[in-house]
Amino acid sequence: MPLLSLLIWLPIIGGVAVLLAGDQRAGLARWLSLAVSLATLFMSFSLFTGFDRSTSAMQFEEMRPWIEIFSIHYHLGVDGFAVPLILLTTFFGPLVVIAGWEVIQKKVHQYMAAFLIMEGLMVGVFSALDGLLFYVFFEAMLIPMFLVIGMWGGPNRVYATIKFFLYTFLGSVFMLVGLIYLFIQSGTWEILQWHDFPLSMEVQRWLFLGFLAAFAVKIPMWPVHTWLPDAHVEAPTGGSVILAAIMLKIGGYGFIRFSLPITPDASAALDWLLIGLSLIAVVYIGFVALAQQDMKKLIAYSSISHMGFVTLGLFIAFAIFRNSDSGQGAALGVEGAMVQMISHGFISGALFLCVGVLYDRVHSREIKDYGGVVNTMPWFAFFAVLFLLANSGMPGTSGFVGEFMVILASFKASFWFAFCAGLTLILGAAYSLWLVKRVIFGDIANSNVRELNDINAREALVLGVLAVAVLLIGLWPSPLVDLMHSSVAHLLEHIVKSKVA
Amino acid sequence: MSLKTTLLLIPLLPLIGSLISGLARNQVGRAGAHWITILAVAGSCLLSVSVLQMQLAGEIGVENISIYAWMVSDGIRFEVGFLIDHLTTLMMTVVTFVSLMVHIYTIGYMHDDPGYQRFFSYINLFTFAMLMLVMSNNFLQLFFGWEAVGLVSYLLIGFWFKRESAIRANMKAFLVNRVGDFGFLLGIAAVLMTFGSLDYATVFAATPTMAGETISVMGGSEWNMLTFICICLFIGAMGKSAQAPLHVWLPDSMEGPTPISALIHAATMVTAGIFMVARMSPLFEMSDAALSFVMLIGAFTAFAMGLIGIVQNDIKRVVAYSTLSQLGYMTVALGVSAYSAAIFHLMTHAFFKALLFLGAGSVIIALHHQQDMRYMGALRKHMPITWITAWIGTLALVGFPFFAGFYSKDMIIEAVHLSQRWGSGVAYIAVVAGVLITSLYSFRLLYMTFHGKARWEVVESDEHHLPDGQLSHAPKESPLVVTVPLILLAIPSVLIGWYTVEPVLFGGWLDDSIYVAERNDVLAELSQHFHGATALGLHAVQTIPFWLMVAGFAIATFVYLFRPRVAELFSQRLPFLYRLLDHKYYFDEFYQKTFAQGGLRVGQGLWKRADAGFIDGFLVNGSARAVNWVAARVRRWQTGYLYDYAFAMIIGLIAILAAWVVLY
Amino acid sequence: MLTITHFLTLGAILFCLSVAGIFLNRKNVIILLMCIELMLLAVNMNFVTFSRFLDNLDGQVFVFFILTVAAAEAAIGLAILVVLFRNRETINVAELDDLKG
Repeated sequence: MPLLSLLIWLPIIGGVAVLLAGDQRAGLARWLSLAVSLATLFMSFSLFTGFDRSTSAMQFEEMRPWIEIFSIHYHLGVDGFAVPLILLTTFFGPLVVIAGWEVIQKKVHQYMAAFLIMEGLMVGVFSALDGLLFYVFFEAMLIPMFLVIGMWGGPNRVYATIKFFLYTFLGSVFMLVGLIYLFIQSGTWEILQWHDFPLSMEVQRWLFLGFLAAFAVKIPMWPVHTWLPDAHVEAPTGGSVILAAIMLKIGGYGFIRFSLPITPDASAALDWLLIGLSLIAVVYIGFVALAQQDMKKLIAYSSISHMGFVTLGLFIAFAIFRNSDSGQGAALGVEGAMVQMISHGFISGALFLCVGVLYDRVHSREIKDYGGVVNTMPWFAFFAVLFLLANSGMPGTSGFVGEFMVILASFKASFWFAFCAGLTLILGAAYSLWLVKRVIFGDIANSNVRELNDINAREALVLGVLAVAVLLIGLWPSPLVDLMHSSVAHLLEHIVKSKVA
Repeated sequence: MSLKTTLLLIPLLPLIGSLISGLARNQVGRAGAHWITILAVAGSCLLSVSVLQMQLAGEIGVENISIYAWMVSDGIRFEVGFLIDHLTTLMMTVVTFVSLMVHIYTIGYMHDDPGYQRFFSYINLFTFAMLMLVMSNNFLQLFFGWEAVGLVSYLLIGFWFKRESAIRANMKAFLVNRVGDFGFLLGIAAVLMTFGSLDYATVFAATPTMAGETISVMGGSEWNMLTFICICLFIGAMGKSAQAPLHVWLPDSMEGPTPISALIHAATMVTAGIFMVARMSPLFEMSDAALSFVMLIGAFTAFAMGLIGIVQNDIKRVVAYSTLSQLGYMTVALGVSAYSAAIFHLMTHAFFKALLFLGAGSVIIALHHQQDMRYMGALRKHMPITWITAWIGTLALVGFPFFAGFYSKDMIIEAVHLSQRWGSGVAYIAVVAGVLITSLYSFRLLYMTFHGKARWEVVESDEHHLPDGQLSHAPKESPLVVTVPLILLAIPSVLIGWYTVEPVLFGGWLDDSIYVAERNDVLAELSQHFHGATALGLHAVQTIPFWLMVAGFAIATFVYLFRPRVAELFSQRLPFLYRLLDHKYYFDEFYQKTFAQGGLRVGQGLWKRADAGFIDGFLVNGSARAVNWVAARVRRWQTGYLYDYAFAMIIGLIAILAAWVVLY
Repeated sequence: MLTITHFLTLGAILFCLSVAGIFLNRKNVIILLMCIELMLLAVNMNFVTFSRFLDNLDGQVFVFFILTVAAAEAAIGLAILVVLFRNRETINVAELDDLKG
């Protein structure tokens, strides 16, 4: 059974079917979307159970010719890096459908269809093994997101969507140039063959910068991050959730799939740049988050800061290899980066859902419009505090695991890397808890807060599922980490070998 | 029941209790919540005692039990497991016993509170976290427990979340602790980097071979790796155990309900740092520099924080500063390698300080949540049990011979006296002077609360919140659920020192957990002069600390019982000193200005100037503006007239032809 | 005797007249259309000339095609002009600047 194709096309076809349901039959559109996303989720379980953890080879491979004249193939396959991210994607499918259940009232079918199609495309990004196929999924994914922000977004949505689109598109065009160059040189679009294709240092450097332009914007890294807060602020809750939980991960995944293995020498030569930018993201953005007045902006900035750990964990490996022969700690860093991606997916998704819960009731994202929410919404407060603590890296929650691993690894590279990265312990707690203090705790601040109703069963279900996920990974990350051991080991073996012919 | 099951049940019982009483709080009701949680803690207390008995009977030795592999990455096993030795068992017993007392006491103290179930859930959760911390066999789980107790402390300080001061205090507590944890985490990272493992046994076994390792921190300067590790770890301890300059959160944490001040901020959580350093003794023993650092920080805290206690008027804050000072004593003991003495003082202090806090709480209930000692006085007749137990606690605290505190504190002072460590002279002066200070503020508290004239009056009123100094009815003794824990805590406050000083300090009880290098072993030296607990008590009258204690008693009696005006005179005559103490050496003001406001200003600056100003304003929107600007000029070419376009075509044609002619 | 130079010169003069007519004329679209026709005629002139002097009939065949296209073009152009006039009530070139940037 072509599992990966099913995971890609079932939600896309389902999305088209939901579109056909039409504007009048909103109920049908909702139930159909829920059914499709749940079916996708259940199918993806067999990805988890059937995945062979002992090999780094691609699994569940599918290969069909697509555009033979340019030797472009519809080539799918997953390894230990892709599987967790695909699972994260399918996990969020039903959640955004449920989260938008009553909240979205206009053009329900289009809203649901956009998310289903987006889900399929994102699975496609994570499973494509053909360079052009990857690029197609990578760009196609922007369209539903563009529509979601542009149609169901806030008052300043046009500015935000254009900024979002131009930023990401500009970056990925550079990547396309790199991909075409690789095709011309190697005569193939196979990513795995590119991994072994020798390239001169000069070429590698340019390719690396091209990939960097695409993925740095996606992650986003400082200083190309400014689209994210705007996009988040304007996006509807579901859009923010998918954007933060999954889309940002595509940047990190791109580094793992393209930058590191295709241009290992350039990555090693330019690691100072990436590490520097990551640490700036962690510290600088941490401070910026502290000053935010808008809840969504605060969480968006905190996302950037946390994603800094992903790039840090990935590129710290080169510094470790330079410092020591054994390279011990490099795997810790890369696995930490992966865990951080998954964990950040859960936590940031949950936090945007929490903001959504408040926004649906009060229609404000301003921190100053709240205060003492715990008095009227105790269950909501329970979840919000849990997720904000997870956001500040509390051990026992998933937020701790990735940061812990990356900090441990970065210590192997340099004390100062670990020092700067460790500052997030203080900064993360400062902005998260200050938010708790201003929004959740305190006496009832105004009449809006007094009239709040606690979360209903639907919202409790969504937040509860996420809470379980966050705690589960925090208390027992082993199943997640075991998925990627072989692939990480393979990647690290690969990147220490020079490709300069 | 196998040992592993027993050990698992000890932390899990309170966790389950906490989950039930917290998540199903409306289903179980108030009585259900307190029964579930108290039974859970009582269960784990009994099991802890049974483990202790097994150890005393020699049935089990040092047990290193792995529960499950948390994660394996990069060939490093991160495990969750228990290390059961004498140190752990001692801590488990103390923690569960004090916790049990506090649980029972809470029934009375929180009687009318709407968050009754939530409170029980929290303190049960705290017991779980603290047990995970002390039972851990590796740094990871230690850090988990470390942060988890911090979290519960955060939740409990802010328990009355409607109060602005409470939610300010809890955030402050968490953030200051995070500063310590930052150092702690770096220390753990350094341990992993040096030893390749986070397991205690592996790390301690490899410690001697790592003595020569160095790390470059600043530019070219090389630090001894073990010194670096120890100082980083100790920074964590400074946060948790509230050592200067990270002590500022503890006095503010008194915003929380009194039972947790007793449990968390006096008896157990704050001593986690002391426990941790004792647990890490094989590491610390390798670094004289780190131990000197530890000792001096402790000495400063012991002396300076006690002084502040003299000028405070809030009864809980006085006890809080006393806790800071006593934690300083423990830290000094760690610094001179008298780890056992630190743990011993930790234990005795847990009992008598919990007793004092609960006593203060009892007074606070009787006076309808009045905490200001200026409106107390003469409560002796109204609350005899509280009064007597408070006296017992105070005598234990000041180190009156034969009381629990006497043995532990005296041993610390003697150990510092004997120590050859760099700076131990200063530390000795600090701890000896600290005895006088302790005695002063302790008796001041007793006199202002229970003796002298009543500074409150009973007025007829139905008002719930009366102005300071007015009560609607005369204070009366607290109910049994409050007084029974007081009595149960008073017993060990008197006896535990006399009873355990010999086994714990000189009998090698902690030898399986604590390593002391021979050259540092001041306690071994002390043991040569030790001839039994009774003899030590009798010998006390010939020592300086005893007379300093008596002097403190005399001064306090004179000033606060007979001539209350002297205290005012003091503050008027020495306004500078008074203001310095009243403002707690301006630590809070300094932190507020530099770190809190400074950090916020940095954030504002980076956001408005760098992010919104430069990146977004100049680079992003700037390039959009540049495109606009160019387009605005280029568009003039598009006149819209056909003849202009035709003309352009002709010119272009001619240009291409010309170019073709010229080129070929 | 008329040489090829005379014929080509006539063609060139016609072409230059038509070009000048296109971008000097600021009044009337009809004149523009006539200029375009004239330009095509100039080209036809060259075709016929070369056909005659090179003894090759291909050029005359092209002339037929061009005449046909020119006729069709004139018909469409005039039709557009009529619609334009109906909408704008002017065929003054100076007022037709909708393409202005």
